Amino acid sequence: MKKLLTAFVGSMALAAAPMAMSAEANKELKMAYDADPVTLDIHEQLSGGMLQLSHMTFDPLLRWTKDLGFEARLAESWARIDENTMRFKLREGVKFHSGNELTTKDVKFTFERLKQSQDFKAIFKPFSDIKVIDDYTFELVTREPYPLLLNTATYIFPMDSEFYTGKTEDGKDKSAITKHGNSYASEHLSGTGPYVVAERRQGVRVEFERFDDYWDAASPGNVGKIVLTPIKENNTRVSALLSGGVDFIAPVPPTDLERIRRDENSSLVTMSGTRIILFHMNQDRVEAFKDPKVRQAVAYAINQEGIAAKIMKGFATPAAQMSPTGYQGHNESLKPRFDVAKAQQLMKEAGYEDGFTITMMAPNNRYVNDDKIAQAVAAMLARINIKVDLKTLPKAQYWPEYDDRAADMMMIGWHADTEDSANFYEFLTFCPDAESGAGQYNAGNYCNPEVDALVNKANVETDLDKRTAMLKEVEQRLYDEAAFVPLHWQDLAWASKKNVKIEEILNVMNFPYLGDLVVE
Amino acid sequence: MLAFLVQRISQALLVMFVISVIAFAIQDGLGDPLQQMVGMSVSQDEREAIREEMGLNDSLVVQYLRFAGNALQGDLGTSYFYGKPTLDVILEHLPATLELVIGASLIIIVFSVPIGVYAAIRPQAWLSKFFMGVSTVGISIPVFLTAIVLIQLFSIGVTVDGFPADTGWGSWLNGALSTDGGLPSYGRGDELTPLFGTWDSGFFSQSGILHLILPSVSLASIMLPLFIRLIRAEMMEVLQSDYIRYARAKGLSSARINFLHALKNTMLPVITVGGVQIGIMVAYTILTETVFQWPGVGLMFLEAITRSDIPLIVAYLMVVGLIFVITNTVVDLVYGLVNPTVKLTGKKA
Repeated sequence: MKKLLTAFVGSMALAAAPMAMSAEANKELKMAYDADPVTLDIHEQLSGGMLQLSHMTFDPLLRWTKDLGFEARLAESWARIDENTMRFKLREGVKFHSGNELTTKDVKFTFERLKQSQDFKAIFKPFSDIKVIDDYTFELVTREPYPLLLNTATYIFPMDSEFYTGKTEDGKDKSAITKHGNSYASEHLSGTGPYVVAERRQGVRVEFERFDDYWDAASPGNVGKIVLTPIKENNTRVSALLSGGVDFIAPVPPTDLERIRRDENSSLVTMSGTRIILFHMNQDRVEAFKDPKVRQAVAYAINQEGIAAKIMKGFATPAAQMSPTGYQGHNESLKPRFDVAKAQQLMKEAGYEDGFTITMMAPNNRYVNDDKIAQAVAAMLARINIKVDLKTLPKAQYWPEYDDRAADMMMIGWHADTEDSANFYEFLTFCPDAESGAGQYNAGNYCNPEVDALVNKANVETDLDKRTAMLKEVEQRLYDEAAFVPLHWQDLAWASKKNVKIEEILNVMNFPYLGDLVVE
Repeated sequence: MLAFLVQRISQALLVMFVISVIAFAIQDGLGDPLQQMVGMSVSQDEREAIREEMGLNDSLVVQYLRFAGNALQGDLGTSYFYGKPTLDVILEHLPATLELVIGASLIIIVFSVPIGVYAAIRPQAWLSKFFMGVSTVGISIPVFLTAIVLIQLFSIGVTVDGFPADTGWGSWLNGALSTDGGLPSYGRGDELTPLFGTWDSGFFSQSGILHLILPSVSLASIMLPLFIRLIRAEMMEVLQSDYIRYARAKGLSSARINFLHALKNTMLPVITVGGVQIGIMVAYTILTETVFQWPGVGLMFLEAITRSDIPLIVAYLMVVGLIFVITNTVVDLVYGLVNPTVKLTGKKA
């Protein structure tokens, strides 16, 4: 059995000051997720799974609260110095798992590593520099005024610069980020977070033990040990909970929500998520989609409420825009517009009364019920005489096709890494530009330079009220032009045994703050 | 004997070669491995750079030659997902699968021989008819359904309260039809005993054995009926043969006739079929392991496919090919031991 960090954990145990240990942190939690962390290097891949690991073993400068506000973590306070600069004050006396103390040099190291990371560098592009003032004060500097500075700072999980600097025994750089093959950081970890990785067998189990020197002594968390087992099969994951084999599972498949609700030993938590599922209508491939009337007809023909109720079993929030509630661009006035008569009328006006034939592609194992949703949409389009030739593919085969824009209508789901509306537009509706990477996933080839300009303007507007107004306007215009077909935001669901109080620690970003988990 | 082994080894090499070519030829259809390794927002340029670095931009022929060259030196590539040599990954997962197959085989052997023999000797007994009926049903139920039913019955438990509880028969029926559950439904458990190398065994702890029960039963459920029927049919045929009649006429005890003379000849075809079936069982482990989150090679392979972890897929197929060749060789050798009149030669007899 491969033991990681054992020597290091052993020395920790000797060095640990017993007084810091929270006396009650003695509960064990068994949890089953649909996947385990692919690596221990939190900068190797930007994904939900990696952020979950980051929150368990590291701590960010600041983190999101339930209502999408900010909460201070390793940064004690922050203040804007000028248009382009934010000054942060670091918490003192925070220890890494290795025993080293956190200072600004670690933040600087982390910031620079993030700018090297293939997955994270895009998010950190607006930042030009980090200025270290003293051991506990630093400034983040952006090229232009940047309204999402704090959003982005939630991605800075300070890494132990001493631990990750130097050479390994076989002469490899400890700070290297490697996508394939092993690197030092992918197998060794030293963060400031509530849990230390005690043992890890990839794909089988990961064991976490509570970090004795964890800085947040005020945290109510009382879980001393976490065993994570990846269980991909939905039925098996649910059975594991119902049979008492595990204490906490995520995600809960929609088909089993009722079963868990009925079970008296389990509790279920659901919330409306932030991942939008939508279809693009490719204007380069289909002449008719260039006509806004046809696109609107498609939008009117599709019954979002019906899909959410019937196919998603109520486990989705019908959408008429990209931005979910809570995002700056969310425009309350936009409602799903299902009206077949109106759709037929629009088709007639556009001169396509007899309809036409298109191809459609969707994944069949990426989003919840993705293939069934696509079938329903195809059936709905038949009512306005658009005949659909549908093909669904496993995600491994789907994405290359998506990159090739291989069908006239293609499905995609998107979650904004920045928890901000502009991210949706930049990737999904901007005029495609290979050079800048704008519109990278805009499989509709929709292009409206005015809208793009508005978004770009919003991106340098630090007055949040003004910015919100701009983004709402963007959402309205995309709606009016039917730039894409929004379907719904996928809901989130977790389930646990009754005595595990998960409700308190969950959030829409789906990274549970397990350090604060209370087990009765 | 030597010629036989030489022939088998060259067969094995040929099988390996064919498998590797096929696995390589289909890799384009397996999807883009990079998609699993990068976040959605990574730009095309970055992707192109990683692809170049990983050698994915070379032509398939170049990639194959590179792979074959390394393979001849015992290096079957590095798994994209595990970041380790594929052989190490497979060897880490293999013990779990082998223990599952051993568990299922034990169940099959322990039950199929006595039941099959009994059903052959007493074909008209109601118990025989019952066993044959159940085995017909058993053959036709897919393994994953068996697994799900077993989990519901024995891990989660079922409470039946459909019968009137205030009557004696009602509460008895309720009680008889309800199950407690409690058997582990996933994984191998926490207490594994290190044997050697990467082999941590679940056979030596209570938790390990408990975790083994449901998956083994599920896996055995497809093969057991088949073996019962096979043993019964073979045994009945043998019992009709002249030498058995002669033995009866000589007045040998029926136990001696049935279990020494008849059973021995019954087992010959059963061993042959059994060898082939063990190979098929390896394939069925994929289903069983998925349902029970059993951390063996079957589950590993299925996940490798969803991740387009091509080096791991190719290596797994080659290892399985090797296992097939080895089991068939061993079966032929065992066959020779049971029936020494069979000659093991390299040439066709």
